Amino acid sequence: MSAAELFSLPFMQRALIAALFTGLAAPAVGTYLVQRRLALMGDGLGHVAVTGVAVGLLTGTSPTWTAVLVAILGAVLIEVIRERGHTNGDVALALLFYGGLAGGVLITGLAGQSAASLQQYLFGSITTVSATDVLITIGLAALVITTCVGLAPQLFAVSQDQEFARVAGLNVRFYNVLVAVLAAVSVTVAMRTVGLLLVSALMVVPVATSQQLTRSFRTTLGAAMALGTLASLGGLVIAALAPFGANVQPGPTIVLLSLAGFVVTWPIGAWLRHRARINEPFASDPPIEHQVTDEHPHDHGPDCGHAAVEHGDHVDYVHDGHRHAPHGRHYDEH
Amino acid sequence: MTPIELTDGAVAISGRPILRGVDLRVETGEFVALLGANGSGKSTLVRALTGLRPLAHGQLRLFGTDLDHFDDWQRIGYVPQRAGATSGVPASVWEVVASGRLTRRRLLRRLSRADRAAIDDALEVVGLSDRRRDGVAQLSGGQQQRALIARALAGEPELIFLDEPTAGVDVPNQLALAEALRELKLRGATIVLVTHELGPLAALVDRAVVMRDGRVAYDGAPLTDHEVHDPWLGEPHTHHHHPRQQRHDHAPHVSSPLEGSP
Ligand SMILES: Nc1ncnc2c1ncn2[C@@H]1O[C@H](COP(=O)(O)OP(=O)(O)OP(=O)(O)O)[C@@H](O)[C@H]1O
Ligand SMILES: [Mg+2]
Repeated sequence: MSAAELFSLPFMQRALIAALFTGLAAPAVGTYLVQRRLALMGDGLGHVAVTGVAVGLLTGTSPTWTAVLVAILGAVLIEVIRERGHTNGDVALALLFYGGLAGGVLITGLAGQSAASLQQYLFGSITTVSATDVLITIGLAALVITTCVGLAPQLFAVSQDQEFARVAGLNVRFYNVLVAVLAAVSVTVAMRTVGLLLVSALMVVPVATSQQLTRSFRTTLGAAMALGTLASLGGLVIAALAPFGANVQPGPTIVLLSLAGFVVTWPIGAWLRHRARINEPFASDPPIEHQVTDEHPHDHGPDCGHAAVEHGDHVDYVHDGHRHAPHGRHYDEH
Repeated sequence: MTPIELTDGAVAISGRPILRGVDLRVETGEFVALLGANGSGKSTLVRALTGLRPLAHGQLRLFGTDLDHFDDWQRIGYVPQRAGATSGVPASVWEVVASGRLTRRRLLRRLSRADRAAIDDALEVVGLSDRRRDGVAQLSGGQQQRALIARALAGEPELIFLDEPTAGVDVPNQLALAEALRELKLRGATIVLVTHELGPLAALVDRAVVMRDGRVAYDGAPLTDHEVHDPWLGEPHTHHHHPRQQRHDHAPHVSSPLEGSP
């Protein structure tokens, strides 16, 4: 089957739409989670949502809706525990996570379903989404994206400094719960794409990648959303175009592609930061005394290989930990 | 309307009484320096006055409104006592300062021209205009502190609380901050400043309040940095007339247990 034929198949088009919206929504919430240093929150909510899916299987209702409900409950509970500031809040969260996963597996068994039926939620099954599922995904993802972008100034302030935000008159508790609920919703949105166990990757990895290269919050958010979309669409396409017979699952492919993006970006980011540090202008105070360098082996210039750093009205060449400033025929130590 | 009226305020942290019997009334345009040793309750008092710590007892009125009903938060600015301004995601200096303008912004509205001007002004005042696009994480500790001051100034508050804003800030920038606070004061703002060293801000202070072990030990005319730690401070009718002991001997001496670190 040619690529053109493949992409004209309805199930593939549905999968592409679902991937697009998931890729946009998950990193949008993920940015705020990372900003609050709660990068693993998505993981926790994913575990909790397993119970939700199992409840859906047991009661014969749509697992998507039961997962949303249970994940939101879990999110609010986590927020309450966090707000109470229990010293062992960390442990309480862990209990909730494991409870969610164990409960889910247990209830699935009770429902008389095999682990296989749970598996499509654990690891994703984007190519089997129905038209209704796609509509739900679009609706929920659009809700997440508009909230994350529209309320960006408020969510940024609350995530940056809660106390300041409170004195600024923001209802911090409302925004905290809002972020938790958005996280829960996007976990469920991403459930069909990458699966509950890998959800957090799509929320966190694009953010980690984009912040290698960015300095402002807005560009981090925008770039994370772009990277998330690239990874989820790219991963799906790679999986679909894999040679006939090879069983390449879209969920893990998307996550690995996203991670590959991080692996490629990280050294670039490290190099850019290093270069920015080297080239940052020196404070323009005049040197303490006029000190001429020892006999100098070569002339500094654009091609000498030593970093030229602005220092007031001239440049200093960084040479073996010294700063050499051209002065007439010799160099001064600055 | 009186900006701050706290009567018989008490604060307990996890059941342990920290502030007791604090009465504080600050009038419009006053510049109050809140002084005292480490752990004497200065930050706790500021946090109570900004509503961050609930009062266990007593009554707080801000601008004549009971705290429970107060919602004029754009009139209040706050510079928390904090080591840095960073979070888990990069944020530019401009973005951090702009978040101080939220009090005056309506939901889902873009920044108005007045908002941008106020943000630019605040950056100018703390001398960070040329670093507005840099990430806050790339700033030094003192520069981050200055960004937090700018964030509070951006909201153009009428009552501003600064909790050790000059900790780690060099003298030229303390002078710049003093200039900014003088400007705010001229515009009629009320200022409550927590500090261990007044430095260039000393000239602005109208009134000193000294905390000791969760109570107000002194409330009156400005003091020098040394007088604050005078063990006689706060005993009625002694501190005005009591000749201050001169201790210029070089032998080590036992200091009063109430005395904080210098
Ligand atoms: N979060 C907290 N939990 C428990 N005790 C606290 C907490 N915050 C402050 N305290 C206690 O309250 C008392 C007053 O603390 P506070 O931070 O107000 O002191 P401070 O005067 O601001 O000191 P510093 O000069 O060090 O900033 C201290 O004894 C401290 O131990
Ligand atoms: Mg303090």
